Amino acid sequence: MTGVRVLVGTRKGAFVLTADGTRDNWEVSGPHFGGWEVYHVAGSPADPDRLYASQSTSWFGQLIQRSDDGGRTWNAVGKDFTYEGDPGTHQYYDGTPVPWEFKRVWHLEPSLTDPDLVYAGIEDAGLYRSADGGGSWQELPGLREHSTGDTWQPGAGGLCLHTIMQHPTDPQRLYIAISAAGAFRTDDGAKTWKAINRGLVSDGIPDPDAEVGHCVHRLAMHPARPDTLFMQKHWDVMRSDDGGDNWREISGNLPSDFGFPIAVHAHEPETVFVVPITSDSEHYPPQGRLRVYRSRTGGDEWEPLTAGLPQEHCYVNVLRDAMAIDTLDDCGVYFGTTGGQVYLSPDSGDTWSPIVSNLPAVLSVEVQTL
Amino acid sequence: MTVRVRLPVHLRRLARVDGEVTVEVPGEVTTDAVLGALERRYPVLRGTIRDAATGRRRAYVRYFACEQDLSHEEPDSPLPARVADGSEPFLVVGAMAGG
Repeated sequence: MTGVRVLVGTRKGAFVLTADGTRDNWEVSGPHFGGWEVYHVAGSPADPDRLYASQSTSWFGQLIQRSDDGGRTWNAVGKDFTYEGDPGTHQYYDGTPVPWEFKRVWHLEPSLTDPDLVYAGIEDAGLYRSADGGGSWQELPGLREHSTGDTWQPGAGGLCLHTIMQHPTDPQRLYIAISAAGAFRTDDGAKTWKAINRGLVSDGIPDPDAEVGHCVHRLAMHPARPDTLFMQKHWDVMRSDDGGDNWREISGNLPSDFGFPIAVHAHEPETVFVVPITSDSEHYPPQGRLRVYRSRTGGDEWEPLTAGLPQEHCYVNVLRDAMAIDTLDDCGVYFGTTGGQVYLSPDSGDTWSPIVSNLPAVLSVEVQTL
Repeated sequence: MTVRVRLPVHLRRLARVDGEVTVEVPGEVTTDAVLGALERRYPVLRGTIRDAATGRRRAYVRYFACEQDLSHEEPDSPLPARVADGSEPFLVVGAMAGG
């Protein structure tokens, strides 16, 4: 391990932050694609120099950029995200049917083993796959064609497919999450999907046993325990130990169980991090104090982590894709805020300091351990 | 015909060009013909000005030339003669909205 590379997507471009293994001194590169929204930048686990970025604006639409040299240079690749066949309709906020319409790419998930294979999650919720390094994209329509698909409604941020997780050893199994449809799992390489939302309870849904309609904000998994999933839902932090078939709440003593990101420690599968936010209508930390909460018991019991984080007058948010973990021996935890800070803890959350403090609003943070 | 096209800064960066560009437009000089020639020369611009599938102008993009807003003209109607003869540029403009 020689260092880390942090990939930051913001409202006005992408930034690449690099440091050696001490994580003391940082080189900042960017903005790349200045002025464009960059929802996500992700690196290939199989080839760390291969990066993918989702670049978009309301003015000029969607582009996908690819780097083959760790973010020094970029080239635009394919951006045609056409739905397979006639996609029909899903539901608008008020329950009326609206046609499926591509809006943007929220999340890119490179394959664990093949640098040219990458998945994309889009709004309106669809899962796409490229096998040629982003040159062309094909929808995996089995998800959208789920029997409940025509009932899916958007969350406040849109009907977005924002989370894609790959099983570490079984390439046929993927987990995805959609706001506000819920979580889904495939065991046959994305041909068919099972809604995995049993145990979720959402105030906005009259049926307590509703199969879909849950506003899942983020899923997380430790690769050593791929059947144990953690979820930050709109409200509630949840856990499953059977691949999502059943969930139980683990919010415990959190000051608020509303939030967006959730992450698992690199070396401790029962250590979980969340960032509580006041409420669904107040997207800032409780009492204006930015606190990461850590559970070392797989949930239920949480401790606030505050050293180095602002403890007064702080009203930023941390978005769902804006927390990441490195795999150095002393596990690093990173998150970005809508105030433009990217914080690092080099000691599993005990202490924090900003790497950068004045970026545009941060949409996503990923880290590569090089 | 050789037509001058002026692009907004974001699209110039995407196309990796400085200043105006020129495109050769075969046949009648219309908005569709100019944009088609532009997209053939700079494929990265396909879909950024008009929808790649339908050809419809993106909502936050306007077309100006000769001190006129041509955004709502039929895309296959002739552009002004001064655009066709290269004495005036065809402007692709990002709408003033947000930022």
